[in-house]
Amino acid sequence: MTANRLAESLLALSQQEELVDLPKDYLLSGSEDEGDNDGEREHQKLLEAISSLDGKNRRKLAERSEASLKVSEFNVSSEGSGEKLVLADLLEPVKTSSSLATVKKQLNRVKSKKTVELPLNKEEIERIHREVAFNKTAKVLSKWDPVVLKNRQAEQLVFPLEKEEPAIAPIEHVLSGWKARTPLEQEIFNLLHKNKQPVADPLLTPVEKASLQAMSLEEAKMRRAELQRARALQSYYEAKARREKKIKSKKYHKVVKKGKAKKALKEFEQLRKVNPAAALEELEKIEKARMMERMSLKHQNSGKWAKSKAIMAKYDLEARQAMQEQLAKNKELTQKLQVASESEEEEGGTEEKVEELLVPDVVNEVQMNADGPNPWMLRSCTSDTKEAATQEDPEQLPEPEAHEVSESEGEDRPVAEEEILLREFEERRSLRKRSELSQDAEPAGSQETKDSSSQEVLSELRVLSQKLKENDQSRKQKASSEGTIPQVQREEPATEEEEPLLLQRPERVQTLEELEELGKEECFQNKELPRPVLEGQQSERTPNNRPDAPKEKKKKEQMIDLQNLLTTQSPSVKSLAVPTIEELEDEEERNQRQMIKEAFAGDDVIRDFLKEKREAVEASKPKDVDLTLPGWGEWGGVGLKPSAKKRRRFLIKAPEGPPRKDKNLPNVIINEKRNIHTAAHQVRVLPYPFTHHWQFERTIQTPIGSTWNTQRAFQKLTTPKVVTKPGHIINPIKAEDVGYRSSSRSDLSVIQRNPKRITTRHKKQLKKSSVD
Amino acid sequence: MKVKMLSRNPDNYVRDTKLDLQRVPRNYDPTLHPFEVPREYVRALNATKLERVFAKPFLASLDGHRDGVNCLAKHPKNLATVLSGACDGEVRIWNLTQRNCIRTIQAHEGFVRGICTRFCGTSFFTVGDDKTVKQWKMDGPGYGEEEEPLHTILGKTVYTGIDHHWKEAVFATCGQQVDIWDEQRTNPICSMTWGFDSISSVKFNPVETFLLGSCASDRNIVLYDMRQATPLKKVILDMRTNTICWNPMEAFIFTAANEDYNLYTFDMRALDTPVMVHMDHVSAVLDVDYSPTGKEFVSASFDKSIRIFPVDKSRSREVYHTKRMQHVICVKWTSDSKYIMCGSDEMNIRLWKANASEKLGVLTSREKAAKDYNQKLKEKFQHYPHIKRIARHRHLPKSIYSQIQEQRIMKEARRRKEVNRIKHSKPGSVPIVSEKKKHVVAVVK
Repeated sequence: MTANRLAESLLALSQQEELVDLPKDYLLSGSEDEGDNDGEREHQKLLEAISSLDGKNRRKLAERSEASLKVSEFNVSSEGSGEKLVLADLLEPVKTSSSLATVKKQLNRVKSKKTVELPLNKEEIERIHREVAFNKTAKVLSKWDPVVLKNRQAEQLVFPLEKEEPAIAPIEHVLSGWKARTPLEQEIFNLLHKNKQPVADPLLTPVEKASLQAMSLEEAKMRRAELQRARALQSYYEAKARREKKIKSKKYHKVVKKGKAKKALKEFEQLRKVNPAAALEELEKIEKARMMERMSLKHQNSGKWAKSKAIMAKYDLEARQAMQEQLAKNKELTQKLQVASESEEEEGGTEEKVEELLVPDVVNEVQMNADGPNPWMLRSCTSDTKEAATQEDPEQLPEPEAHEVSESEGEDRPVAEEEILLREFEERRSLRKRSELSQDAEPAGSQETKDSSSQEVLSELRVLSQKLKENDQSRKQKASSEGTIPQVQREEPATEEEEPLLLQRPERVQTLEELEELGKEECFQNKELPRPVLEGQQSERTPNNRPDAPKEKKKKEQMIDLQNLLTTQSPSVKSLAVPTIEELEDEEERNQRQMIKEAFAGDDVIRDFLKEKREAVEASKPKDVDLTLPGWGEWGGVGLKPSAKKRRRFLIKAPEGPPRKDKNLPNVIINEKRNIHTAAHQVRVLPYPFTHHWQFERTIQTPIGSTWNTQRAFQKLTTPKVVTKPGHIINPIKAEDVGYRSSSRSDLSVIQRNPKRITTRHKKQLKKSSVD
Repeated sequence: MKVKMLSRNPDNYVRDTKLDLQRVPRNYDPTLHPFEVPREYVRALNATKLERVFAKPFLASLDGHRDGVNCLAKHPKNLATVLSGACDGEVRIWNLTQRNCIRTIQAHEGFVRGICTRFCGTSFFTVGDDKTVKQWKMDGPGYGEEEEPLHTILGKTVYTGIDHHWKEAVFATCGQQVDIWDEQRTNPICSMTWGFDSISSVKFNPVETFLLGSCASDRNIVLYDMRQATPLKKVILDMRTNTICWNPMEAFIFTAANEDYNLYTFDMRALDTPVMVHMDHVSAVLDVDYSPTGKEFVSASFDKSIRIFPVDKSRSREVYHTKRMQHVICVKWTSDSKYIMCGSDEMNIRLWKANASEKLGVLTSREKAAKDYNQKLKEKFQHYPHIKRIARHRHLPKSIYSQIQEQRIMKEARRRKEVNRIKHSKPGSVPIVSEKKKHVVAVVK
């Protein structure tokens, strides 16, 4: 507002000023008719000057020489005051005379021109200046907003912010500033100089430079084409090789190999004819290869491949053959070509021994045994009577196989899981049988073999039964599995015969399996005790198995006795309809319950709990306050009680509290009192950044320690917010650090170029702001 | 047949070198590690207690001055070098690693009012009560040379403060007005004034280097633009501001140390409301300096203590004091953000750790991991009353402690009165002024 008024007054002032600034000549011409008046004024002045000469500084009031309506105290006529002088008034007399055309023009020009604003006072100017500068600066600073926000919210800040680039100076620079000082360095430099190797500029040697210069363009092109062709050929060849390598046919590879060998032999033959010396060399090479082969363990069955094959050997004919082939190769490679005449036999003997040492017996065994039994099982027999066994084996083989077949065929049932498992057992049994056969070399030990195998089957039976339980399959399948069990149990009486058999064996137990067996044999008696529960049930359900029944019964009774100790529960006779598994579980549960009952026989927990609850409820009830004073207002003393009326009057009944939270929960006591001991460790109010209590609870509930988190997660969870490097100076953030372009002009140059002045633009801005 | 046996892959338990940790297979099944919250709570509690046990921030005292230390300056390129000016006109250069004085200069007659180093670290400037500005070489004089300033500028009035531009050969002094000098000239290239009171301190903005801030004894803080050679804005506070310091990471943020025991952090674009009022001192705050990370600042007070404030918190996180430390006049945070130096009335410069319980020296990776974990635990459980109490507990000298109690009572009384006034007057007639706005008298454009 003030500015507005100010501007208005300024405008008026400037108009007046313009009037004053009218061309001088016009004024002069205009004032000619007032010449006498001027003379008078001068005369007056002169008089005044004279009067002031006499020393007395007397001031005289100016005399009025003309009459006026209004007298101003400043001796100026104020006639016509209040009326504004307008330019047009002055121009009117001019209009008539044509001689003043130039003046008229000038005046018109003045009229059309806009008035110049009055310069503002200094304070105002400075204020504008400041405001504009501030806006400018604020704009400049606002570019930092995103950076600052990002840094404030950053999960982690690593200081110093600027990445220190490892200063790698070009090697020429390093070398130029470096001189050989030590004798060693000097020597090296001498050598380099001698060989014209580059010292300072290591890019090209003089030879290389010369060669570069020597090669013409055409030559270079030719060379390039050649290289291209070679490369193409190579790539074709590689592609072909890859293709061939991918061919899986073993036959193809065999053929290829054979072809290669033949070719090599042919070449060798030719070489022998053409160049005996070269052939000899070739021979030496072969000899060397043999030596290498002997030294190395290649082509012996110590490698990964060989081992895998050894495992496979018993099942896979091809694998066996492959192993044989490898062995043959080994033999071939290790065999000397020129045989010394004297020690032929000896060498042969040693070689065989070597072979025997190097090659595990498994392979040999595998070679002979078409069936491919377990190498571990076979080791024991091969060690003492290897040759005999190998001779006998083929004859013995058919028998166990036949046995197997008969057994498998005997149990002609759908192939279920149990079946497969059983078959495995059978196989194992047959293996064992075979080994024993080979050991004892007795023709007809069918009973005994069955005995030995029966243990195994029995031991596995436990596992089987468990599996059965888990599977919970249809009845029929179960029946099929149970069908096998009587067979096994029939064999049980023979267990006593096992011991002499064990004694007969002279060797120590070699395999894990045997060890396992031994262990089982030892604990066999013990294991039988828990098992009959199952067996008993089974026997109940299979009444056709009469021959075994007495024994089963006996065992069952024994079992019951054992249980009696714990449960004092009469054994219930189970019907066929009830599934066995459920029964088992029931029994277990019952056992458990019984056990708990026994353990807590002395204390009645439930009653205790109820009592405790009652007490708690009583304690939490608000108490009545009895304010009766005995003897007050009546007689008091021993044996005298305050009257009922008085008691009633002074008894303040406690208000009924709110219902307990556990009123309808019989098994629970809810303590509604606040525990001050825990309160000390609890947060009372929700902390600031969280808006809801579950947010806070969740942050507390997620553990951050390495006990609950993986190493990576732990590291991530515990990253510190600010990381500083020790001993590094952290400089203030720079525009370049955050990707801004820093101002190219320096502050100093700007300040020197920038004089202090106010521009019209600033003024306009000010006006705008004042209007707003 | 397959032999069943326990087998482990050696890669899982064999370590590469004997310096490695033993590999321990871990099972992260949560049922095996129950009670995670209580366990972590206990760990946090222990970490907090240990932090207080190991809080030994005082490192060294540099003595040698024969009068109170009036100003401090950091070397911009060397962490170990510190300069200090005393009230008897003496300037000393210190080596922090050796903890000794390496050079002494009798620079001025009367106080050394201000000291600042050139951005390249080759020379430094001092102003004194003898109306001179002197430029000195950082290295001592050679053999046979006399200790003489490189340049001496004789002014008409006393200069009360000096600061050097962060990138160019320009420095600013303050006294009757703010003068900006070219190093090569003996006359200021620009002098800016707004009001007639003596200006106590002037500081260049380290980020936008053409900006300056000054504070004068007529309670105002004035911002200047060096390029446009004009002041920008002025804010008048309740009481006099002793000094200001710009945030080195946030271009528009600065903090003012005020006589009314508070510090005010301002956004220079919105001066009418401070971003944060930092209260904890019980006497006038004399100096303030930002951590180079821009996350915290340290303030020195007349109440014989220094305090460390997080930028976004109104209460201090740490207070340092010793029996012998008197009114702290100047304080500086070192450029690696690890240490704090303060110069006080009783002629000593003290070196403190910025983080009281931090272990100095190289940490092994395990130590570092444990430190980080403990830090996070403390952060996680910081709101728990037990932990909060331990973490906040500081021993204070009796004078400060009683002052705090007294001021609490005074403040409470004032608050009560205000509340009563509002309560007993016509609704809306007594405006409710927030704590932040209360201290700002006016903003002058």
